[in-house]
Amino acid sequence: MSKLFLGNEAVARGLYEAGCRVVSSYPGTPSTEITEFAAKYDEIYAEWAPNEKVALEVALGAGIKGARSFSAMKHVGLNVAADPLFTASYTGVNGGVVIAVADDPGMHSSQNEQDSRHYAIAAKLPMLEPADSQECKDYIKEAFELSEEFDTPVLIRLSTRVSHSQSKVEICDRQQIELKEYVKNPQKYVMVPANARNRHVVVEERQSRLAELAETSPLNKVEIGGDSIGIITSGISYQYAKEVFGDKASYLKLGMVNPLPTKLIEDFAKKVDKLYVVEELDDIIETHCKKNGINVLGKEIFSLIGEFSQATIAEKILGDKRENVALDVNIPVRPPVMCAGCPHRGLFYILAKHKAYVSGDIGCYTLGAAPPLSAMDTTICMGASISAQHGYNVAGGEDTEKKSVAVIGDSTFMHSGVTGLINTVYNGSNSTIIILDNSITGMTGHQHNPTTGYNLKGDIAQTISIEAVCKAVGVRRVRIVDPYDLKATEEAVVEEMAAEEPSVIITRRPCALLKYVEYNPPLTVDRDKCITCRACFRIGCPSISMKDGKASIDATSCTGCGVCSQLCRFDAIVGGKENV
Amino acid sequence: MSNVFSIMLVGVGGQGTLLASRILGDVLLSQGYDVKVSEVHGMSQRGGSVVTYVKYSNGEVYSPVVTEGEADIIIAFEQLEAARSLPMLKKGGKLITNTQKISPMPVITGAMNYPDDIINQIKELDVDIIAVDALKLAIEAGSSKAVNVVLMGILSKIMPFEEKIWQDALLDNVPKKAISINEKAFILGREQYK
Repeated sequence: MSKLFLGNEAVARGLYEAGCRVVSSYPGTPSTEITEFAAKYDEIYAEWAPNEKVALEVALGAGIKGARSFSAMKHVGLNVAADPLFTASYTGVNGGVVIAVADDPGMHSSQNEQDSRHYAIAAKLPMLEPADSQECKDYIKEAFELSEEFDTPVLIRLSTRVSHSQSKVEICDRQQIELKEYVKNPQKYVMVPANARNRHVVVEERQSRLAELAETSPLNKVEIGGDSIGIITSGISYQYAKEVFGDKASYLKLGMVNPLPTKLIEDFAKKVDKLYVVEELDDIIETHCKKNGINVLGKEIFSLIGEFSQATIAEKILGDKRENVALDVNIPVRPPVMCAGCPHRGLFYILAKHKAYVSGDIGCYTLGAAPPLSAMDTTICMGASISAQHGYNVAGGEDTEKKSVAVIGDSTFMHSGVTGLINTVYNGSNSTIIILDNSITGMTGHQHNPTTGYNLKGDIAQTISIEAVCKAVGVRRVRIVDPYDLKATEEAVVEEMAAEEPSVIITRRPCALLKYVEYNPPLTVDRDKCITCRACFRIGCPSISMKDGKASIDATSCTGCGVCSQLCRFDAIVGGKENV
Repeated sequence: MSNVFSIMLVGVGGQGTLLASRILGDVLLSQGYDVKVSEVHGMSQRGGSVVTYVKYSNGEVYSPVVTEGEADIIIAFEQLEAARSLPMLKKGGKLITNTQKISPMPVITGAMNYPDDIINQIKELDVDIIAVDALKLAIEAGSSKAVNVVLMGILSKIMPFEEKIWQDALLDNVPKKAISINEKAFILGREQYK
């Protein structure tokens, strides 16, 4: 039976069919749905971990116990998980361990564009790269086989276009894979120097054997078509090239992108007149070819930046461009915005009003950086808000302490904010940290986390109290406000920024998109009272727009949160219900 | 090379383009085509421009994305997004657009103006365009959220598949409690195209 599967759904199906037992991940676009789909199979234990390092360590532990195990993350998540990754290469596995990492060329939803293949090279691990949903499923199964045969974790490299495209998949039954026996073996699993020195030798031998495998593995396919153009490629780039050239060119499609074959490439090179390497982001295949004296054209014509498409390839190789038409008008951009009723909006309005230095973090609230709120100074990585604010404050002293805040979401705080908070308290900067608790992991599409009271499977779980954690690490000033209440929020921000010790404000209000959140009736503008002062426009609410010279509120999208009405000095915004 | 047919769905995050593309994908799969559907998740779903590609062929579909000058049909859920996606339309392609206007943030803040008269300007470029107030029809059907299904109704009249096939795909993809609203929205959409 053939069905349309999202790449990520096909990865999850592959886990099911491969007999995978344990999945632990942290959400991150474009990898999130893998773990959500995996959780739908009763045979798989699946969980959200607080961060990718924890998730990978859980998978490694489950592998050591003998279970086929898995962890999924986005490219920057692998940075967080890099520590266990490198040493797991030395320990190897028992039950197979597979790690999927989803790159985001073009940065649809990411803060950088790093190429995860570098990790496979650096950690000396095999890496497979599927090009469509069927391969997503097949490669997961192949990865578990390789993992157990070569005693190594195996990386699967995905990309936004593979993860988030649907294509046909043939489904099969689940393999019955028993737990392997765990045998105590400190020489293999206890990575102290004496043992690790021996294991490094094992790793290098394994790499050599894997490089031999790459020469003959069916994962690396030669497709002979026309002989004037040869293309070495992998993943989604293969699809783009194939769309342009069909069988007019010949292809070496690499399903295994680390280690790379050499003789296979040399033989392929001999069959074609002109050889191109088509790879998104970095020049990894190209460098390998050139290092081995194989003449290829790669980044001389293709960019290191952004996504490719069939149009990129047609233009760069053939000089072809399609005809099209466009309007001769300036089309306003439509950037993502905080939703109507978003609990973050009021806080950022207050921070903008007080011109605070805002050390930002990763989540929906990063949208507070965009106009008209424009209330964010930095965004680096998950958890960086609190630690970078501490650094900013120790460098700037009292002057900056009284004008700066860190903002971080509930899930990001659990991910890696708490360690920064411990540092702030321990080393004693008078920093103000605002934890925006919207009771869910928002940006990635509503995943539970340790503060929400539910686990990935939807069962009730122990709730980790943010305020208790803050108090436990030594923050004496912890206060909770409703961010719909602008006055209370403003008071808290002003008082805590002035405080002579570290303080935490928790702005608590569930995400307006959560199913259980009930909306108030929509607000309306009394056109007789509205003087078009535009004060209500300063909060950047998508429900408010100008209509015939006055403010107007869209009744379909307005949630009646009442933030705008608190800004109107002319009582022109009416209706709804008092929230505060 | 096999003949690949490309459809683009463009709109504003939250308008239900994803669901529409899934209905369309199921219809095409049921007709034995090779199909690829490319979606965008994550940040742009928060009220930003969203684009979904649906491609199908009697042979094989390789790339899941649609690039400039390639789309046989564009379905725009909002006027400004119709204007933005226009360069993607193939020469001789068809543009179906909802006439609804949703102001993006630069317009709300007053930094830019919402362009006037987009639909007539597109018509002047000799583009085959069908403009329908799908929001009004969706509300008539019972929910402003059914804009996507109204537009699928229009599309169903353009594409050569029986109504029943669409209705089956609709039933498989919409929540049970919203079936009657969506069926009505689908029929109202179909009636728009004569």
